[in-house]
Amino acid sequence: MRYLPLTPEDRAEMLARIGVASVDELFVDIPADKRETALPRLALHKSELEVERTLARLAGQNVPAGSVPFFVGAGAYRHHVPATVDHLIQRSEFLTSYTPYQPEIAQGTLQYLFEFQTQVAELTAMEVANASMYDGSTAAAEAVLMAHRVTRRRKAVLAGNLHPHYRSTIETVSRYAADEVVALPPAPFGEEDLITPIDDTVSCVVVQSPDVFGNLVDLKPIAEAAHKAGALLVAVFTEAVALGLIEPPGAQGADIVVGEGQSIGNALNFGGPYVGLFATRQKFVRQMPGRLAGETVDAEGRRGFVLTLSTREQHIRREKATSNICTNSGLCALAFTIHMSLLGKTGLTRLARANHAAACDLADRLAAVKGASVVNDTFFNEFTLRVPGPAADVVEKLAAKGILAGVPYSRLAPKSGLDDLILVAATETTTEDDRAAYAAALKEVL
Amino acid sequence: MNREGRGATTPHSIALTGPQTFTGNRALDLEEGLIFEIGRTEVTGVDIPEPAPFRERLGTQARTAPLDLPGLSEPEAMRHYVRLSRMNYGIDSGLFPLGSCTMKHNPRLNEKMARLPGFADIHPLQPQSTVKGALGLMAELSRYLLELTGMQAVALTPKAGAHGELCGMMAIKAAHAARGDGATRHVVLVPESAHGTNPATAALIGYQVRSIPARADGTVDPEAVKSALGPEVAALMLTNPNTCGLFERDVVAIAEAVHGAGAYFYSDGANFNAILGKVRIADLGVDAMHINLHKTFSTPHGGGGPGAGPVVLSDALAPFAPVPALVATADGLALVEDEGAEGAQQALGRMSAFHGQMGMFVRALAWMLSHGADGMRQASEDAVLSANYIRASLMDLMSAPFAERPAMHEALFDDAWLAGTGLTTLDVAKALIDEGYHPMTVYFPLVVHGAMLIEPTESESKASLDLFIAALRDLAMAAKAGDKERFLGAPYYAPRRRLDETRAARAPVLRWVKPAPVADAAE
Repeated sequence: MRYLPLTPEDRAEMLARIGVASVDELFVDIPADKRETALPRLALHKSELEVERTLARLAGQNVPAGSVPFFVGAGAYRHHVPATVDHLIQRSEFLTSYTPYQPEIAQGTLQYLFEFQTQVAELTAMEVANASMYDGSTAAAEAVLMAHRVTRRRKAVLAGNLHPHYRSTIETVSRYAADEVVALPPAPFGEEDLITPIDDTVSCVVVQSPDVFGNLVDLKPIAEAAHKAGALLVAVFTEAVALGLIEPPGAQGADIVVGEGQSIGNALNFGGPYVGLFATRQKFVRQMPGRLAGETVDAEGRRGFVLTLSTREQHIRREKATSNICTNSGLCALAFTIHMSLLGKTGLTRLARANHAAACDLADRLAAVKGASVVNDTFFNEFTLRVPGPAADVVEKLAAKGILAGVPYSRLAPKSGLDDLILVAATETTTEDDRAAYAAALKEVL
Repeated sequence: MNREGRGATTPHSIALTGPQTFTGNRALDLEEGLIFEIGRTEVTGVDIPEPAPFRERLGTQARTAPLDLPGLSEPEAMRHYVRLSRMNYGIDSGLFPLGSCTMKHNPRLNEKMARLPGFADIHPLQPQSTVKGALGLMAELSRYLLELTGMQAVALTPKAGAHGELCGMMAIKAAHAARGDGATRHVVLVPESAHGTNPATAALIGYQVRSIPARADGTVDPEAVKSALGPEVAALMLTNPNTCGLFERDVVAIAEAVHGAGAYFYSDGANFNAILGKVRIADLGVDAMHINLHKTFSTPHGGGGPGAGPVVLSDALAPFAPVPALVATADGLALVEDEGAEGAQQALGRMSAFHGQMGMFVRALAWMLSHGADGMRQASEDAVLSANYIRASLMDLMSAPFAERPAMHEALFDDAWLAGTGLTTLDVAKALIDEGYHPMTVYFPLVVHGAMLIEPTESESKASLDLFIAALRDLAMAAKAGDKERFLGAPYYAPRRRLDETRAARAPVLRWVKPAPVADAAE
């Protein structure tokens, strides 16, 4: 076995030092009648070549996004990631390190987390951000729990235009914690009324912008109504690149901002690992879940970084902890921060414009197809296409023509009755030929 | 100057031979500023063409707020992050004996496989007919996990160990609700030697936590469990092997007592790597256990994440597995994504937006295939052998509680051997840094005073273990001989001396803030 350095002679010498005759004597605490004597019924070890063949065969049965005209979004987006990003995150000192519990030999991790926190705060126009969460949806669930702690209320109002999987993630946690959730029905065609349900029993209103249908939402009036009732505004986004071009939630009165950071620096990965972004106002920082890197000095007065405010955490407070989380998405946060450093304001703005331009062009082309219409007045890089009849069938027909055309809304919310809608995303990776091919194929299948 | 009024970088001042340098650097020992200090908003390291003129659809939502994000050209970015990386210690740098964290070798084959476009470049919501290989991989990983544990079902979606615990405990809560005793069973028993995530998880979903003390030998007493059980108890959460590095040898009696009282048995599988191929946890009476793929199956920890925490479930809990769930249909594998769908009627809900940590599934399966049934069992045996070897080699100089029992994959020491030296566990850890090692886990588990928990894993050669043992022996003798300066000043040779954690917590500085113009800085 190429991964195991001990030789039979080493093992014999080590057993002698311990004073046992065989390694089985070290497993005597496992009840004898429960100990496995036979090997697991699994294949024996394989060479590197054999493992590569086995996994490459499985990978070959999938259709990678880069191999076809590709328009699938709805919470995960295909962007071009500079080669530098993947090279740097594979530096073994980043890749194979652990949580920076010994800050003197983890300044690399701690400094990039501090940089990440600053970038996320700047992007969202918030005061502070944490060192990342599992993903956008779990960050949204934690935001609701945090709003409950801050307001000492236990009822959340969820926009109907929140991504249904985010809504479901929040609802699952809330159900088991016996918290109340008011989820509004989806409203793809018009502005939804989020203000009426807000009263003084509500801890937070959770609003997504761009919403799941792609509409851009003016958060200011909702923030005002929430604050008047003593509630918080939790703003959600699933496409971080959008914030390069649209007004950030922090500038519109949001109290907690959460979102998916996958689209900057990270691959699609069939759903994970991703990187949740979480930002809030300074006054709530001790109620914020997750890890935080903070600045301090060493014994010689040099600037350095440490994990801080750990008194909120599970390893100290146990059942009184702010959350049960004991990790983050460190490496995905690193990919985010490297890509963001390469972009800078100038690059991010250009990237966002390229995305918006591609989506506008695609929307115009698809809206021109007889029978199809675009439901949005506003959007960033994703919009909703209305087709005659079941959208799922249209998407399947287009897939058969080699075009991955988007996500039927009915796949996210089967019981919504909105079976004729397709969520369509275009990014800078979408070429003009791809967009033309989509319009031509749509014309054929409708 | 930042807002704390300190310079961005200050030179090293370690009293080593040689002059102070102009830059403050010492040859390859380089300082590196923050991107906010070296980057500029007008610089970018990517070339993105300006699109042809088009009609914007942003409505009133075009960004007006400032966006003060510095950019770096590609060479500047390379240097910045390469320099930062050199201030980090990873498992590829040397022995990383963090107990309970399982820092084992991360094979690069796994990274290569996870980056195949067929895995990395597929979208969670593209048509299922276009991701048959991904579903096949999830099925194969499930088969391996079920064979290794003997359990009935696996939920792949949880994104980390603590998330897996949450999933398992939600399944338990759902099962109680389904059988009608959900309202009365509001207590979860958690031994005091448990991981801190266990009580936090139980509390998060509304359970009252009742602690079970450890007995003198460091394990849980089945009699203590029996006396704590009652009709109000929903579950027991047991870490096995436990955080003292011991196998809970009365686990079967504990499981029987728990089941006898109508409760479920949750096992924290963080230390599964010690028993892989040696015992199937289903045979011990476990109802649910999360498996930290990153620990047992070597997916890289990446500075603290991402992890992956699939949960294996017994017959009793299998119907409550969350969505999305992988099912076999007449047409092949399919993902059931909706809670109300056929095949998911009793699903506990959804844990996150998509299917879980696919990138970690690929890495874990690559490790499993590379080791095979024979190599996985050998890995457990070598991990346990190495831990006991370290303990046996240090017993005469350092104090080891519970040493009458074999250790599992980690060797636990306390600080009794430091009595009278004026030194603490933390001092020993910091001195170990100067010897070129990442320190062991310190002050955990909480049940042992000044704990030092050493987990060498199966990845270390005997020569590597012997050198580490020799270094620790030298430190132990120096401590007892009164060489306090070596410890209290440590680390001397790290990128930073000891950092002031109290200051960081008292007045948290959590982001960079642009310094005020010099004219306004009244100093």
